[in-house]
Amino acid sequence: MIVRELELDLDAFEGPFDLLLTLVLREELELAEVDVVEIVLSFCSRLEERGRLDLDACGEFLVLVAALLELKARGLFPEEELELSELEPEEAAEELARRLADYRRMKEAAAWLSERLEGESERFFRLGPAPLAPRIERQLAPQDPERLGAALRMLAAEPPSVSLGHMALRFPPVSQFLERFRAVLRRRRRFDFASEVAGLSRIEAAVAFLAMLELRKAGEVSLEQASSFAPIRVTRAGVEAREQEWIARSA
Amino acid sequence: MDRPLRLISANPVDRLARIVEGLLVVASQPLSVEDLAVAADDDAERIETALRLLADRYGEGRSGIVLERVAGGWAFRASREAAEACARLFERPVERGLSAAAVETLAIVAYLGPCTRPDIARIRGVAADSVVAGLVERGLIAEAGRDVEAAGAIRYKTTPLFERVFGLESLAALPRLEDLGGETDEIRERLEAVAEKRPA
Repeated sequence: MIVRELELDLDAFEGPFDLLLTLVLREELELAEVDVVEIVLSFCSRLEERGRLDLDACGEFLVLVAALLELKARGLFPEEELELSELEPEEAAEELARRLADYRRMKEAAAWLSERLEGESERFFRLGPAPLAPRIERQLAPQDPERLGAALRMLAAEPPSVSLGHMALRFPPVSQFLERFRAVLRRRRRFDFASEVAGLSRIEAAVAFLAMLELRKAGEVSLEQASSFAPIRVTRAGVEAREQEWIARSA
Repeated sequence: MDRPLRLISANPVDRLARIVEGLLVVASQPLSVEDLAVAADDDAERIETALRLLADRYGEGRSGIVLERVAGGWAFRASREAAEACARLFERPVERGLSAAAVETLAIVAYLGPCTRPDIARIRGVAADSVVAGLVERGLIAEAGRDVEAAGAIRYKTTPLFERVFGLESLAALPRLEDLGGETDEIRERLEAVAEKRPA
């Protein structure tokens, strides 16, 4: 029989004994909530089932349970750990006897009280509502009504409306640039895109670029750019063709 | 000493007794001699005389109402004769279902109070939180400040209601702790006897 594999079914834990010990040592399980008696009972019933006394298992079990009990005791009285560990065995026995005596006296006192209560069960008396609760008298310091008024006025005022201006991107319409470019091209045959949009915002320049593409799509202009990032030249449609013809002719 | 006088209705002590009687009827908790003296605007000695007169009048077997000295004062209660009838009509919720753990805790607070929950746990060997909360709810114990040395833990003491429920004149009416069991010597002898039986 292997003690560490002893299956436990406790209120606070279910699984093998070994896992319980691991959880306790890792402080993932509160030992105060573990009923050690239940563990002992589980072990005893398992022992009984086997029908023969396994001394090795008993010894191992005793060591483990003793350690568990010591841990539990320390957990219950953490502040006394140091104080008790310094005691000699005789002193410890004396201390234990003193504590047991204290507890026994209190048990006797409790028995006396129980007896007394039994004897006093014939005493009926009137109890007012919350008879002995101390009465709470709340006293406010003198208050200035003007301050209350000021506070209320502050609350009653309409809060300033929050600007949502930054939330919307305002694009100028593409048509605006279409008109503008057409007007330019009526005066001149070609223009540099960059110089035409100089001084505009990034958004406006983008819209202007779209307008330029729109004109190209409609066949109103032709575009040329010598290399990447070189100036884009916009030429009125037809002009280029005529120039090409002219070049071809002059060649 | 004033007994013959009580038959004379014009006697001032008799008049005072009627006033004290009225005060005790109105009160829902025991009134001390001092409380009564202030309310009746009379001196404590004469109040005591009046109380003796009333206690005689409101005694067991004489009246359905009994005047008793309890919880540091004086209060009316029903006579024992009426107890059975009272029990049919009224509950005694304060002490109903008081567990053994609760009575033990009550004893500890009564003798050692004001004391903290860790103090109680140290004597009983188990956590006292729920038992203490139950006793507070019943009104048998109440908070009595904080223990500065024990990280500000709340201290508890028994209430006048505790004395009243248990029929105690005051906490001094509890038996002396030294007279109760728990002889240290005897317990130590038993421990040693167990130790001797252990094979070396």
